[in-house]
Amino acid sequence: MSFHPVKDRTSRKRGFTMYTEKVMDHFTNPRNVGEIENASGVGTVGNAKCGDIMRIYLDIDENQIIRDVKFKTFGCGAAVATSSMATELVKGKSIYEALQVTNKAVMEALDGLPPVKVHCSLLAEEAIHAALWDYAEKHGIKIEGLEKPKSDIHEDDEEETEEY
Amino acid sequence: MEKKIIYLDNAATTRTKPEVVEAMLPYFTENYGNPSSVYTFAGQNKAAVTAARETIAKSLNAQTQDIYFTAGGSESDNWALKAAMEAYKDKGNHLITSKIEHHAILHTCEYLEKQGCEVTYIDVDENGVVDLEQLEAAIRPTTVLISIMYANNEIGTIQPVRQIGKIAKEHGVLFHTDAVQAYGQLPIDVASENIDMLSASAHKLNGPKGIGFLYIRKGLKLRSLIHGGGQERKRRAGTENVPGIVGFGKAAEIAHETMDQRTRIEAGLRNYLVKRVLSEIPYTRLNGHSSVRLPNNANFSFQFIEGESLLIMLDMKGICASSGSACTSGSLDPSHVLLAIGLPHEIAHGSLRLTLSDETTLDDIDYTVDQLKEIVQNLRNMSPLYEDFVKKNKK
Repeated sequence: MSFHPVKDRTSRKRGFTMYTEKVMDHFTNPRNVGEIENASGVGTVGNAKCGDIMRIYLDIDENQIIRDVKFKTFGCGAAVATSSMATELVKGKSIYEALQVTNKAVMEALDGLPPVKVHCSLLAEEAIHAALWDYAEKHGIKIEGLEKPKSDIHEDDEEETEEY
Repeated sequence: MEKKIIYLDNAATTRTKPEVVEAMLPYFTENYGNPSSVYTFAGQNKAAVTAARETIAKSLNAQTQDIYFTAGGSESDNWALKAAMEAYKDKGNHLITSKIEHHAILHTCEYLEKQGCEVTYIDVDENGVVDLEQLEAAIRPTTVLISIMYANNEIGTIQPVRQIGKIAKEHGVLFHTDAVQAYGQLPIDVASENIDMLSASAHKLNGPKGIGFLYIRKGLKLRSLIHGGGQERKRRAGTENVPGIVGFGKAAEIAHETMDQRTRIEAGLRNYLVKRVLSEIPYTRLNGHSSVRLPNNANFSFQFIEGESLLIMLDMKGICASSGSACTSGSLDPSHVLLAIGLPHEIAHGSLRLTLSDETTLDDIDYTVDQLKEIVQNLRNMSPLYEDFVKKNKK
């Protein structure tokens, strides 16, 4: 395996016992949180039932370079940290480079995730793909190697914002 | 300098009281004899075990010989269910429990189902109270045992134990209650409440970890779960955990002497906490019964956010709490208790349990609520669900 789930616990100063320092850093100080108005592409994946939703906004210029990226996430510490790291990894990259940002790359950049949290990194990869798909659809282009995203929160769960 | 810790997870475990530790210490150092030995040196250990047993029996209005020490609540629950179903298999194979029991009960039930038992899981209402009509209707000629917890560990709801005991008695069915959260917090009387078996654990009431007991009413034919020597009237083998038993006795003594005043103060602080949270943080609900609940328990759901994130943020501020979110349970499903009271998954994911102790102060509560307000807002600002909600309301 190329990722290493929390080998050195002694290097951690404070915080949740299962996360690396990098995960804690990105969770407590997430990069690129927010929205982009009139974004080139928006992707939302996951669903509230499972406890994770990620939304990624992309601002892509005419040279297909990701000029800006923002995210919003409903989820655990790992979900927030992977979203944050994923935005850092795609910012300033071309859409084709962004497509190569895998969940593995996100995990490695975070010095690993506990095994039960690996699905969070998959969600981050899917969120980027979903945003790229939305961009491609809006602009009538086809991105080689990009497949239609499979999960969307609104497909199976319409009541998640219902008030009680 | 290490920041002050505000410990609001007393349903998980409690601090072992200094008086308890002090009472235990001689049984590690000078009085290390084995209570089963015949020489005088060991005699005082046997006496200490008996004294603790008497203290505990008295606190429950039970007979001294009906208290059997175990390694904790989970062992007691396992023992009660497995041994009762085995002992009374001539009568039948049916067991009734609730959907909100601790996993020590639920997973034991699953095990028993694999062994051929039939289990009925009774529903609870939106407050977490078991449906008594459903319970009574579920009783069959083959029903051996009803096992319903005294009070719930997550939402704190206290069950109508006296009525359940009455129903069980009327139908000639055994009644076991998992009182791990209730013992030391609520007055319990096994005689008048018709409780045949009761599980408890010391570390929930400022005693040490690794020691519990099962009360077994005299006359029940339960066999051992742990086989070996003849300890605990031949029903629970293994050299007695003398320091643990002594500590449990001391903790039980303190808990029952201070119960009235302590729980009144804790409930007062808890009510203040609930009032502040519900009035100052929008889109929040209290889970569990509004009044019939453990005096130190508060359980909230904050809409649009996820519990684990909340716990980490609170941890950063030195506040120890707990959540029923999936991410803290290690599965994709949030707490079975919160789902059983009818919460949708996404609301259950955003839950937070705060459980107070006699060390909790008003300042602790104020600090916690102040931090909570800020953290919840920050997490909502990061939440796509909140974004959708705000946009929807603008339209």
